[in-house]
Amino acid sequence: MKKVIVPIGPYHPLFEEPEYFALYCDGERVVDVEWIAGYNHRGIEKISESKHWDQITFLVERICGICSTSHPIAYCNAVEDLAKVEIPERAKYIRCIIGELERIHSHLLWVGLAGHFLGYNTVFMWAWKYREPILDIMEMITGNRNHYAMMKIGGVRRDIDDAYIPIIRKILEDLKPKLNMLTNAVLDDPVLAARLKGVGVLTDKDIKEFGALGPVARASGLDIDVRRDSPHAAYDLVEWKVITQNEGDVFARAVVRLLECFESMKIIEQCLDNLKGKKGEISIDVRNIPPGEGIGHYEAPRGECFHYVRSDGTGSPLRHKIRAPSFNNIPTFKASCIGETISDVTIILAGVDPCYCCTERAIVAYDVNTQKKILDGSDFIRLSQEKTRKIEKEIGVAPSRWEEKNWERDN
Amino acid sequence: MAIIKIFGIVAGSFFIFGLIGIMSGWFDRKLTARIQWRVGPPWWQNFADFIKLTGKETVIPEGANQFLFLAAPVAGIVATVVTGAILISGSFFYPLKWDLIIIIYLLMIPSISIVIAGASSGNVLASVGAGRELKLFLSYELPFILALLVPVVKFGTTEVAEIVKLQHIYRINLGYLSGFIAFFVGIIAFMGKIGYVPFDVSEAETELAAGTIVEYSGLSLALFKLMKWILLSVGISFFVIYFMGGFSNPVVGILKYILVLILIVLIKNTNPRLRIDQILKFSWGWLTMFGLFAIVLAALGC
Repeated sequence: MKKVIVPIGPYHPLFEEPEYFALYCDGERVVDVEWIAGYNHRGIEKISESKHWDQITFLVERICGICSTSHPIAYCNAVEDLAKVEIPERAKYIRCIIGELERIHSHLLWVGLAGHFLGYNTVFMWAWKYREPILDIMEMITGNRNHYAMMKIGGVRRDIDDAYIPIIRKILEDLKPKLNMLTNAVLDDPVLAARLKGVGVLTDKDIKEFGALGPVARASGLDIDVRRDSPHAAYDLVEWKVITQNEGDVFARAVVRLLECFESMKIIEQCLDNLKGKKGEISIDVRNIPPGEGIGHYEAPRGECFHYVRSDGTGSPLRHKIRAPSFNNIPTFKASCIGETISDVTIILAGVDPCYCCTERAIVAYDVNTQKKILDGSDFIRLSQEKTRKIEKEIGVAPSRWEEKNWERDN
Repeated sequence: MAIIKIFGIVAGSFFIFGLIGIMSGWFDRKLTARIQWRVGPPWWQNFADFIKLTGKETVIPEGANQFLFLAAPVAGIVATVVTGAILISGSFFYPLKWDLIIIIYLLMIPSISIVIAGASSGNVLASVGAGRELKLFLSYELPFILALLVPVVKFGTTEVAEIVKLQHIYRINLGYLSGFIAFFVGIIAFMGKIGYVPFDVSEAETELAAGTIVEYSGLSLALFKLMKWILLSVGISFFVIYFMGGFSNPVVGILKYILVLILIVLIKNTNPRLRIDQILKFSWGWLTMFGLFAIVLAALGC
């Protein structure tokens, strides 16, 4: 059988980030899919080892622009677990509010993008318009539309003033009917149903084998949610429920995400009730981080975000390990994409709401037989520079002086 | 003298339908933007796009068949312009007895030129797009022809000018139930022809990164864009003439034209892209069924 590789990436309108999927196709049907990461590796775990505990909160915020409060919350949970501190109640509610606002904006962003990937740009624009008030709330209470810088070890950095609470409530009230309309429009559209139902089905067993998380797992009937299963912040102090669907297709994932927005609103409103008219500490001082290990997790919009820190009692962690949810979700493509057409594969790829900047890994080449390391990250950089040099020589372009200097220094 | 006159008609068709097409393309963009709560481009945007594209370098990929690669957009443009010329000359100068048949044939050429463009690019994405365009072509052509056959069955002539005249004597085609059904079948099939959502599978930006025209740049891309615009204006004008009584009253005629354009833009903006097998099923199932039903109704005189 003659197979053709249809490349999705490294730069492709389907993804906002550099990412490469090689679709091995037989006509329109995809018979195999290969995923290559590492185009944008930043070495955050390594940088983290050279920063102070307090600085890392803002470093991990930069891992991802969309779930930019999930990583800080998970990291703070990890350090608080290590230092054995309990944060004040008011800080718990504020953490919940920020986390849930982020979930709404992330899910709306996904709905819009999914529409765009299907060529349904009206849904794209409408969903992003409805997402805008959420970002306005964020700007109002944190000062930033993204990268809120609200978390710190031992609590939160800013209080939510009583004056803001009615405004937040009003924006959320206004958003509810619009969100309802969007949800109904998406769920009742027969053409969307034709495109999404029965596409990219992941069974209960697939989910467990690949260890998929978040809305992807919940859409396949797996009732898992870190917010409920391992309560932190104020999630055990408010009423809400975990949304699950049983179909396991892309449509079910869309339903889970849209309905989760309403649950998030419920959580935010209860948190606001508990904040209003009360005073209290928003953070406690955590001076010394004792030696030991700490684990923190948080249900990011895409699934469980996991942070592990180890301390030797100094000012920065000895080891900081981050596992973002997309790292577990992306390999499910092996189960869901094979046998589908190219058109469906693109929406399946987008259907797990992949976040590649969270997932980036450095590439290391191993010999298959001897398991010996042949090339690592720095070798790849050297190879890439050598190739540039070669091409420059071939086409007769003189390398710039700055580059020349770097080249001499490195070699 | 006749040759000069024919040349004049073709050149006139190019300018008239080119201008109307570019403005229709702008109207489409503007209305789409308003539906999506965006501002949208100014009225001269498509002219600016076209002029800028003509000034850019045309890159021919290494693996491409150079002649076919460059000839494809030209063939498409020539076919659409000649269709427009036949519409003009049929209405004002030389009525042809079989011009409907010629128009049906000529309107197939743009699709074929897109297939050739994709196949000659030497690019995987383009060839996948070309394969899709071919399937798309096979799927919408049957209901399109069935829809155009309805007035032929009703009036017993394949001369477009004659059909316009008869529409004025009796009733416009849209006024009959059969004509009404045929009009919508035809419009939906025509959306496949111009490759608008839900039928934009061959260009599918988020799947194939522009598919068939992925390798085109500069003037060749500009010609493809122009072909799409001319096809849009010629197609809609044809529908107005064929189903809605034509442009005998210019103001009403322009209103009819805008109405059809708005209909197409609305369909485009309220649907996601279909998969190619779904399009085939839909076209050969529902659309063809409705087309046949309309023909039966027309034979019964409804």
